[in-house]
Amino acid sequence: MTKRVVCYINQFFAGMGGEDTAHVPPEVRQEVVGPAMQIDSLFGEEAQVVGTVICGDSYYGENIEEARSASLEMIKDLEPDLVIAGPAFNAGRYGFACGDICSSVTEELGIPAVTGMYNENPGVDLYGKRTYIVSVADSARGMRKALPKMVQLACKILNKEKLEPARLEGYLHRGIRKNFFHEETGAQRGVEMALAKVRGEAFRTEYEMPVFKKITPAPPVKDISKATIALCTSGGIVPKGNPEKIRVSSAMKWAKEDISGLEDLTPDNFESIHGGYDRTWALEDPDRVLPLDMLKQLEKEGAIGKIFEYACYTTGTATSVANSEKFGQEIGELLKKEGVDAAILTST
Amino acid sequence: MVREIEKTAGIPVVHIATIVPIMMTVGSNRIVPGVAIPHPSGDPSKDRKHDQKIRRELLEMALKAISTDISDQTIFNK
Repeated sequence: MTKRVVCYINQFFAGMGGEDTAHVPPEVRQEVVGPAMQIDSLFGEEAQVVGTVICGDSYYGENIEEARSASLEMIKDLEPDLVIAGPAFNAGRYGFACGDICSSVTEELGIPAVTGMYNENPGVDLYGKRTYIVSVADSARGMRKALPKMVQLACKILNKEKLEPARLEGYLHRGIRKNFFHEETGAQRGVEMALAKVRGEAFRTEYEMPVFKKITPAPPVKDISKATIALCTSGGIVPKGNPEKIRVSSAMKWAKEDISGLEDLTPDNFESIHGGYDRTWALEDPDRVLPLDMLKQLEKEGAIGKIFEYACYTTGTATSVANSEKFGQEIGELLKKEGVDAAILTST
Repeated sequence: MVREIEKTAGIPVVHIATIVPIMMTVGSNRIVPGVAIPHPSGDPSKDRKHDQKIRRELLEMALKAISTDISDQTIFNK
């Protein structure tokens, strides 16, 4: 039986216009429109494009909930086996819409989806882990090369074929690592990589480092002598006995401790459980990682308003970026709610 | 963590740690270089007085960072 595919495209690729029509709400056509035509012919006997959902990029970006739910309804009615969105190349709003549609189709309707984007499209950061994004050129000039790659991956998914690693299949890494037995040991592979590097030859890491984001700096505190300052650490300083059972590495949570009655951290009240550094000096005096004693002194002298009553702590070693970001957001919520003016965070 | 606290709470967050390039990479905006990885806010090499003096100076630098208007990632150093 021929499989059913629905395409999602924006107003521009539907031939409705550019920015002037970017505000059109979602509509469905029971036919192939724009790139869907080429996609349909590339599928050959494998599948058929049974309809095209079109939505203006600005409409999607400004009415996310409405655009998503209307598009999903339309897609659902067409009963597809797979959805193809875009390709969005390096168009930010279009990339956002394509990523959002594909992720939602898969998560809410259980239908696999494929889209295509240039690897710096902001949609990649947002949805790269939730859907298949084929790596394509930065502009529509790359359409002719992009569509066969997308259709090839779509066919494999439709036929439930085993997928090779992302880089071999041509889609962007979803952050999923699969275990398998390698014929060479890690030591052999590591030495080969090191030798290749020394020789100036190409080599490929087996564990890519994450790319981090930057944010605009928050405005400064105007009058520090009236400010409430929070103390936080990822240096594994915990109340003696580690009552919240924070892990020594790869932390799964953070915790807070009332320090309002304390003048000084000592081996009697706090300790370090961090698994990533020599704890000798932190165990002798935990202030060397979480500087309470001197901040208390500054508080007494009136240099700051007061120290926030809770210290927030966790272990930073081998903790995933996703967890660290989550901890930061949760601590941020607490500090915001409690009217804290600034924070000092120490890391080891 | 630093970046997300700052973003979520909308307040300045000073990062005291030792490997400045990592603090830059993770997106910390107000950076105060610490003493050493296992004791960022202390110096056990001499006596307790010296240890506390170093710690206090780092905190004073952190308070300066909190009160300083910046437009990009900034390293606050002696």
